[in-house]
Amino acid sequence: MTRLTVNGVPHTVDVAPRRLLSDCLRHDLGLTGTHVGCEHGVCGACTVLLDGRPVRSCLLLAVSVDGQEITTVEGLADSDELSPVQQAFEDCHGLQCGFCTPGFLTTITAGLRENPDPSEDEAREMIAGNLCRCTGYQNIVAAVLRAAELSS
Amino acid sequence: MKPPPFDYSRPTSLDEALGLLAELGADGKVLAGGQSLVPLLSMRLAAPHHLVDINRLDELAYVRSSPDGVRVGAVARHADVESDVAAARVQPLLGRALRLVAHPTIRNRGTTVGSLVHADPAAEMPAVLVLLGGSVRVVSAGGSREVAAADFFIGPLESALEPGEVAVEAFFPALPDGASVSVVEVSRRHGDYAVCGVCAVRDGERARVAFLSMAPTPFVLDVSDALREGGLDGVRDLVVTSVDPEPDIHASADYRRHLAGVLTVRALREAAA
Repeated sequence: MTRLTVNGVPHTVDVAPRRLLSDCLRHDLGLTGTHVGCEHGVCGACTVLLDGRPVRSCLLLAVSVDGQEITTVEGLADSDELSPVQQAFEDCHGLQCGFCTPGFLTTITAGLRENPDPSEDEAREMIAGNLCRCTGYQNIVAAVLRAAELSS
Repeated sequence: MKPPPFDYSRPTSLDEALGLLAELGADGKVLAGGQSLVPLLSMRLAAPHHLVDINRLDELAYVRSSPDGVRVGAVARHADVESDVAAARVQPLLGRALRLVAHPTIRNRGTTVGSLVHADPAAEMPAVLVLLGGSVRVVSAGGSREVAAADFFIGPLESALEPGEVAVEAFFPALPDGASVSVVEVSRRHGDYAVCGVCAVRDGERARVAFLSMAPTPFVLDVSDALREGGLDGVRDLVVTSVDPEPDIHASADYRRHLAGVLTVRALREAAA
């Protein structure tokens, strides 16, 4: 049995060793906010926080993170209120189709914890590992800066 | 895009891991950060019978710096090595090259020793280890051996590791006083594997460079004589006649050769600055 604490809630799942963490979250725990894009670590859509650090959930075996804390996009907001990063995406039109958005939100949430007041260049660097095919990134960069403002 | 079935163990001590790997022989495969292995599994390019997950071997999650160099344990993440202030002081090339390894998210999980064992000729860490003349400590149930960097990389994705062995530590020698380092590369997109990359160590008129993505294993060239006799132009001439890159979908052999010359000059200028 594999024990995972996801967004503060403890779960026990019985999964095969080959189960990817991304699939475990989506299929075994029903947390479909984590999106699966390229499934080989390039696109960043499946990014979750593992003990607070962003990682690709498609490059992790669920069994390998037994006992660890995971935060998915569903865990970013307190109750009904959007988190500062989510609010900034709404304010700046940082998404269109929304497929890549969960990965951006988790990545930026952790990125701003490490660097609460990024320059525009640092904002670009922060999201360089995530692909978006709609927005052209301009509004996402603006959302990073806006989120920093909202969090301060 | 799902891994094939495999058996799995997650030992909590190195002795336990070595015992398992001794039993499994060629059927066993070590899983560290998995940032290269898991995609290989998902794409079914690798199908190991039994994975031995070493992520819980906390005894190997260290970065130790001393005046002679930096020792990196098998479970130390790239991100931990990159942010280690003492390591950056002892051997600045390590952190600088790590910043070019994929993206921060990958570096949070991927391990530096794992990258060496993966032995990708397009990866930064093998080139850095060979350029610096480092080594890898390899342990099995039967004993341990120290493998020099020059002997560690056998071919593309092939290291000197034998079945039953674990690479437990990499040693990156310190930068000598007065020497300087640099690393430059060109990749199609930020964070991609480099089309060509050059790591350089320069000490006055003496200079050595290591290329990534230019040969089946990291290729090191001493450019001291060319630098002394012909300056940077002489170095470029030597480089373009010394490298013999393969073409692939990203770049022709000619373009790679051209890049090797240009990037070497850039790396040496940067190291001199």
